[in-house]
Amino acid sequence: MARTRTPVVAGWFTDDVQAEDGSGERGFRLLGTRCTACGSVFFPREDAYCRNPHCAGDELVEVPLSPRGTVWSYTDGRYRPPAPYVSDPAVPWEPYTLVAVELAAERMVVLGQAAPGVTVADLAVGMTVEVVPGVLDEDAGGVRTTWHFRPVPEASGPQARTARESS
Amino acid sequence: MSTDVAVLGAGMHPWGKWGRSFVTYGTAAARAALADAGLEWTEVGAVVGADTVRGGYPGHVAGATFARALGWQGARVTSVYAACASGAQAIAAARAQILAGLADVVLVVGADAAPKGFFAPAGGDRPDDPDWLRFRVLGATNPAYFGLYARRRMALHGDGPEDFALVKVKNAAAGALNPNARYRVPVSAEEVAASPVVADPLRLLDICATSDGAAALVLTSLDFARARGVADPVRIRAVSTVTPAYPRTELDLPDIATDSAAAVAPAPGSFRSALARAAYEEAGLGPEDLSLAEVYDLSTALELEWYEDIGLCGEGEGAKLVREGATALGGRIPVNPSGGLASFGEAVPAQAIAQVCELTWQLRGTAGARQVAGARVGISANQGLFGHGSAVVAVR
Repeated sequence: MARTRTPVVAGWFTDDVQAEDGSGERGFRLLGTRCTACGSVFFPREDAYCRNPHCAGDELVEVPLSPRGTVWSYTDGRYRPPAPYVSDPAVPWEPYTLVAVELAAERMVVLGQAAPGVTVADLAVGMTVEVVPGVLDEDAGGVRTTWHFRPVPEASGPQARTARESS
Repeated sequence: MSTDVAVLGAGMHPWGKWGRSFVTYGTAAARAALADAGLEWTEVGAVVGADTVRGGYPGHVAGATFARALGWQGARVTSVYAACASGAQAIAAARAQILAGLADVVLVVGADAAPKGFFAPAGGDRPDDPDWLRFRVLGATNPAYFGLYARRRMALHGDGPEDFALVKVKNAAAGALNPNARYRVPVSAEEVAASPVVADPLRLLDICATSDGAAALVLTSLDFARARGVADPVRIRAVSTVTPAYPRTELDLPDIATDSAAAVAPAPGSFRSALARAAYEEAGLGPEDLSLAEVYDLSTALELEWYEDIGLCGEGEGAKLVREGATALGGRIPVNPSGGLASFGEAVPAQAIAQVCELTWQLRGTAGARQVAGARVGISANQGLFGHGSAVVAVR
């Protein structure tokens, strides 16, 4: 039976952006906003005002962020974070990896969890990673979805299709 | 016109985990600072409190709570909150009142009773709060950010975990000499390396604890100090509380992303360096004039960043300074002679005030076994959440 899938935050990502490879596939992307006056990009999204001090713009449009970037830095969480992070205290803590990713076109760094199974040993500063859909937590009420970053497989060139997870 | 104010009194409640109210700690520190100044509480014209947000309702965590504990005597009251820079903003507010002629004697107090473990955001479901979001969406604790910065240094500058450990060894050695420090035992590099990893590449002994503690200062006009027979007091010459410049290109707590530099080119230098630069400019002094510095070593690796940000060395050269022993007691430019956060643990609203207490004792020449010989000029610097930060220059 299909369970309810709810983004952990509404409007921060979508799995319905046209892939850049011309395949016609719909792909997963983070969503930001861009000021129509000065072109500044914001993630998490700003919808009401532009934060460029030289711009009085107040019209911002939604834009998908680049699907790939390079690792700015990375770390992991060896201890259970406090609430509001959701984890079951009855289950032994499984460390997860955090990746800060530099997006070239947007000239910004975005933080995210690495896909399950990716450890700090799999990462290096400067490595190419891609954004993929992921699951943050789940309970009887359903699944909270999020974004993950994972290394782009060696064999996969720039023409590789935007990754999709089947879950 | 001189922008100096005199530091007539400095006092602390020792850092630790004492299990009492922040009001108890703050009142003890205030009494110690007043005694140090040789002044009665009833002579204080204004009190400025650095808010203790974990203490509850904003009206309770404010300066008025300390004024009530010391006994209502009609002093004007101000309360400020600026995360880790709260104490410095309290000093800035006190200084402004003195320089404006609104008060001759101002008491500045900050105190905290910190919970055990990771700092966590306030409760409830608050998706409009970036601090709540980083925990909810990423589980990104403060040490996670420290880990990101440390790994970045390793990749960019070739620093290693052994360099970070040297900072802990240095600060623990100084803290062992400080009766107000929470941790007062020397630590070896081997002990740092044997402590568990918290946020790769940082280990438990690379990351500062959270503590109970309190610090207070009695600030006065120079005229008042002279009238009381203190001809050559320690003076606060500059207080910088500048905000960052857009676009911020360094990922900072509690943000999930940096600003975009796509439309506006970033200014050179970090936010931390801008904090120090503004203080140097206001003081008419530079890094070459320093006798010592107190910087916010939330992690060992972050102390190395501060060396570069306050101008002790060029970018990427921080590890070299600690390897040479330049920043240890007895070195060319001692940093964190108090023992730093490594020896104190963070008591947020008190910490920036505690930094200035250490500058005061060092500049007076009364720092005992950790005295920096001939200290004349000191800087303190810190950075907190949400674009807050500070730098204070004190002289003798």
